[in-house]
Amino acid sequence: MPKVDLDNMDNIYFDVLKELGNIGAGNATTSLSQMLQIKVDMKVPKVELLNFHEVGEAMGGEELVMAGIYLLVEGDITGSMMFLLQKKSAGVLVSRLMGMPVSDEDNFSEMEISALKEIGNIITGSYLNALSSLTNLKIFPSIPDLCIDMAGAILSVPAIEFGIMGDKILLIETAFTDDSELNGYFILIPDLQSYDKILGALGM
Amino acid sequence: MSKMIKVGMADLKLCISPDSITTLGLGSCVGIALRDPKTGVGGLAHIMLPDSTKIRNNANVAKFADTGIMELIKQMEKAGAVKSRIVAKIAGGAQMFAFQNKSDMAGIGQRNVECTKLKLKELRIPILAEDTGLNYGRTVEFYPENGDFIIKSVGKPIKKI
Repeated sequence: MPKVDLDNMDNIYFDVLKELGNIGAGNATTSLSQMLQIKVDMKVPKVELLNFHEVGEAMGGEELVMAGIYLLVEGDITGSMMFLLQKKSAGVLVSRLMGMPVSDEDNFSEMEISALKEIGNIITGSYLNALSSLTNLKIFPSIPDLCIDMAGAILSVPAIEFGIMGDKILLIETAFTDDSELNGYFILIPDLQSYDKILGALGM
Repeated sequence: MSKMIKVGMADLKLCISPDSITTLGLGSCVGIALRDPKTGVGGLAHIMLPDSTKIRNNANVAKFADTGIMELIKQMEKAGAVKSRIVAKIAGGAQMFAFQNKSDMAGIGQRNVECTKLKLKELRIPILAEDTGLNYGRTVEFYPENGDFIIKSVGKPIKKI
């Protein structure tokens, strides 16, 4: 019987997962700032355990167009991970990385898509790195895939994975600011055994 | 005044004409719209997973194709619908990312659609129209009054099936 039950989460476990989220998101923000050569301030991430019908709302509506970067995780823990940000924020990041404005806000070019994937790669990679060095667990991320669509549709993917385990989804919201405010969301989806491994590695 | 009822993810609701019912941003999930044309009693289920018998934690009946359809029909019958008259329209079941190839997630959208069809067939409920599969999200609106099922996607024209 796994120790972790997302529907009846123990406060101590929740705090640990929260803290892991904070550290991962912090690391990711640092990488982002280095990659884009800009100063990025980060607010304290918000970690929430939400019901499925609440997630879309929490991100600003199910129909809001977002960019979702999704990858699989293997190694000592297995599962998947997603990083989501509003399409507008994605455009800002891409134009910063490429040093020129996005050609068409509604349709990113192939080059811009590729840049966005790379941003996603670095953000999720540094998030997982933080998690890995903290727990001493081996974590190997796959190459990420990108999807630009309605928040609800993108979220259906991690939601279904959480749905296999229970009726809640663990969402980490992180806001970074430079000139404009950029909001990003992390969703880490280890399977239940991996939750136990993570907590076990931390001596819980 | 008619109103539009909203159905969330892993949720289902009853809708009686002239009201309408919607669910936003279906991805790999499937939206199942049922209606008894004679009474105007309808409903919409937004299911996430194909089969409740494969999952230990299956208390939420609206989460699964099999139990979701059963529950919605039960509620419709209570509201005056007759099962032999009920017809269905379905949408969703997309594959949002190219490589969802992990064993328990492989083709989950497609399996959601298949399981939905299987359950409806078992119950002898005809599927009048569907807009399923491919790789994009869908918002649906259903009007039990005339059976119109409106599908909206990003960067695509509005569809009526």
